[in-house]
Amino acid sequence: MQWETVIGLEVHLQLATKSKIFSGSATTFGAEANTQASAVDLAMPGMLPVLNEQAVRYAVMFGLGIGAKIGRRSVFDRKNYFYPDLPKGYQISQFSDPIVGEGSFEIQLEDGSSRTIGITRAHLEEDAGKSLHEDFHDQTGIDLNRAGTPLLEIVSEPDIRSAEEAVAYLKALHSLVTYLEISDGNMAEGSMRCDINISLRPAGSTTLGTRAEIKNVNSFRFVEKAIQYEIERQSDILEDGGQIVQETRLYDADRNETRSMRSKEVANDYRYFPEPDLLPIVLDEDYIEALREALPELPREKRERFITQYELSPYDAGVLSAHRALADYFETTASKAGDAKIAANWVQGELLGRLNRDELEISDCPVPAENLAQLIQRILDNSISGKIAKQVFDAMWSGEGDADSIIEARGLKQVSDSGALEAMVDSVIADNQAQVEQYLAADENKRKKLVGFFVGQVMKLSKGQANPQMVNQLLAKKLV
Amino acid sequence: MHKQTVAQLMRGLRDKQFSSQELTSSLLQRIEQLDGQYNSFLTVSKDQALAMAKAADAQLASGNAGPLTGIPIAHKDVFCTQGVRTSCASRMLDNFIPPYDATVVRQLNEAGTVMLGKTNMDEFAMGSSNESSYYGAVSNPWGSTLVPGGSSGGSAAAIAAGLTPAATGTDTGGSIRQPAAFCGITGLKPTYGRVSRLGMVAYASSLDQAGPMARSAEDCALLLNAMAGHDPLDSTSAARAVPDYCADLNRPLEGLRIGLPKEYFGDGLDSTTAACIESALKELEQQGATLVEVSLAHANLTIPTYYIVAPAEASTNLSRFDGVRYGHRCDAPSDLDDLYTRSREEGFGDEVKLRILVGTYALSAGYYEAYYRKAQQARRLIKDDFMNSFQQVDIIAGPTTPGPAFALGSKNNDPVSMYLEDIYTLAVNLAGLPAMSLPAGLVEGKPVGLQLIGQHFDESRLLNVAHRFQQATNWHNLTPDSITGADL
Repeated sequence: MQWETVIGLEVHLQLATKSKIFSGSATTFGAEANTQASAVDLAMPGMLPVLNEQAVRYAVMFGLGIGAKIGRRSVFDRKNYFYPDLPKGYQISQFSDPIVGEGSFEIQLEDGSSRTIGITRAHLEEDAGKSLHEDFHDQTGIDLNRAGTPLLEIVSEPDIRSAEEAVAYLKALHSLVTYLEISDGNMAEGSMRCDINISLRPAGSTTLGTRAEIKNVNSFRFVEKAIQYEIERQSDILEDGGQIVQETRLYDADRNETRSMRSKEVANDYRYFPEPDLLPIVLDEDYIEALREALPELPREKRERFITQYELSPYDAGVLSAHRALADYFETTASKAGDAKIAANWVQGELLGRLNRDELEISDCPVPAENLAQLIQRILDNSISGKIAKQVFDAMWSGEGDADSIIEARGLKQVSDSGALEAMVDSVIADNQAQVEQYLAADENKRKKLVGFFVGQVMKLSKGQANPQMVNQLLAKKLV
Repeated sequence: MHKQTVAQLMRGLRDKQFSSQELTSSLLQRIEQLDGQYNSFLTVSKDQALAMAKAADAQLASGNAGPLTGIPIAHKDVFCTQGVRTSCASRMLDNFIPPYDATVVRQLNEAGTVMLGKTNMDEFAMGSSNESSYYGAVSNPWGSTLVPGGSSGGSAAAIAAGLTPAATGTDTGGSIRQPAAFCGITGLKPTYGRVSRLGMVAYASSLDQAGPMARSAEDCALLLNAMAGHDPLDSTSAARAVPDYCADLNRPLEGLRIGLPKEYFGDGLDSTTAACIESALKELEQQGATLVEVSLAHANLTIPTYYIVAPAEASTNLSRFDGVRYGHRCDAPSDLDDLYTRSREEGFGDEVKLRILVGTYALSAGYYEAYYRKAQQARRLIKDDFMNSFQQVDIIAGPTTPGPAFALGSKNNDPVSMYLEDIYTLAVNLAGLPAMSLPAGLVEGKPVGLQLIGQHFDESRLLNVAHRFQQATNWHNLTPDSITGADL
């Protein structure tokens, strides 16, 4: 049978506030255990939460970024369960009245098509601490540094149909939140964690199948693999006439499989009820409008602008606008170099290629946009050829300085002195009489091909530095 | 000295009749000699008290003293006190020494008061008789076989016994007013949000409110001046200016309209108590107030509503006591479930367990709509009744309790009859209103409390009416020894 995959994603996004959502403790990643946990984070008796307004602002910015309804009055609730890394015995979250309501989101697929994914809601909540099972013989250590870190839980509609779409969705989400600067989006540090709800149904069916939930997947690649594994697992069961058990599963990256964690039948009753220690968040129009006005250009708008302003292809515009820092890099290069198309080629080709090779982020790029722009200018003003430019770029990449100083130091400047070029052309013609005769005997069409040989020889003689246009002109004059 | 009000002691300190150190020492001595029979203190912080008194004397000598500088007080053991054990009268926190002060404690420290120690209470403030304390019951100075009321029973008994001129209390459903009534003292539960809850161990967050307990309305006003105010660390505290609560104490009562809820004077009210209340109301009438009958039509919903809302909140507020980070931890837990189960089973007493169970049940899937949601709706109706009444009257008056203090042990096996003790006080907390209890007579030698209920943030009016009443009557000056011959 043909099965259709139905996927909904819940993304826990860590908001980039300096302090926690309900206390003044810092949120810096990687600090020594329990050094960023205050009396509030430890749930000491009598301690009370105070809402961090920055977290509210970030949540609203996200809502505006996906065109969602903003909850004019949203409420915090207690989600009750016992766990050692949950100091209060409840998590402060939002249940019935979230801060961000329905919205939607366009994703771009590799084949150039796009799809709209619905967002059900997004709500604010606090993160739990961490239980550390290693390093403690027969015991568990608790690190509460992360407890109280602000999270925005973003829940999608079950609109996603494949692993590819899921990854495209996450990438688009990542792009949006980093554009908004509401999260660092650092998946390796857990800033974006994903729960995958996945079920299969016969193609054409409109009812949903029984789903499994895969918890806490923290990279694009693992999301893709976990979904692929789960599709196979579920379709095997269904093909054999079996039933999918509604349960929570864990993705094991080492074995590339998902494993059952607990089934929903014994799931907790969280006993949600409104948090009496916090007032509802009431937002007025002025507040929301001010944030709307202050929104930066978002990925989709930037992509469209790149297409019209720089005449880039939709694909190129998509690549260059996916990350705000990359887009900024491209725009700086383009405006300083004075040619957007060449800038786009260089950024997408040489620059991204090397970033990938060296596993660097654009923020760690050793070549500033200004230097790449200078290099492009040297191509445009015929100081160097495109081929030489790649050598210069390599030298810039390894930190030898800017384009001009490298060209100067290595003597790479293109030879455009007609006297010197003429001598080289003469010498090539003298040394290759057989080819000259062949050339002269050939018709117009063949000559066009044969002239390349002479150009190549001159370039070789000049170590690539001869101005190819002038060489062509000289050859045309001399080969008669 | 030990029978004087805070206002009188203030004058004595200022006039150098005695120093704060002398006053403090004499009270510490009284506590040491007498509290064995009352059990009103759980911790006496003698060294800190003497040090604070010394600092207060220096301040008094330098002329920089505030009104309360050098005045000894006691704190209910629900308020966290830095370096001094804060137990909530529970085995769970028997070993808990907070590294911080509650905002109320800090503010009173800053005002120069001298902390004598921490007073007994019902465990986690859950109770109406102070009998649920892990450290044993408190006996009422008006009769050794009587309960002092609860949950702030230790604070009330300590004042009545002349061990401290004033104390802090907390009131979630009557826990300041009922023991004040039973012990013949004056207590004020401020408007919800008037006083910070930070550092006060939570029982029911939407109902809890700290307030002063003392010998007179004037003393309560003096203390409230230091306690009230916005706390940026308590989101539910009101960002509202604090008036001088002493400013209007003497305002005449002419034109004051006092509402008498007919539901508070019906069946269930002890007839001799009713007579005391009626004569107290006559006094107010003589001073120019008019008495108007009002109706709190949903009064019958009060107890069921309270006993859903409060346990629901309590059940999750007390989840943090899990044996993991502080407080009681069972010996040698075999696994996580064992750690939780035994730590909590051993750490909590019966009344606390009962309320956690009730609250957990009320919030459970399938019951939430029937209980918690309904209780919230009923709470709204109860509040609306008050708001409607305040269209016609300035304050509401009635009995604090259905009768005077009952005998120790008499209601222990009957939670419902115990809960009925709070029938006139609970609604005030559900509505977030300020209310007071002040002595209004004796029934068989036992004090009776008059309850005054005000509009939101109208504490000044309540204190004014109570003060005028106390200017004209002597009930608040009675002490147990003069009536019962107790050793005071």
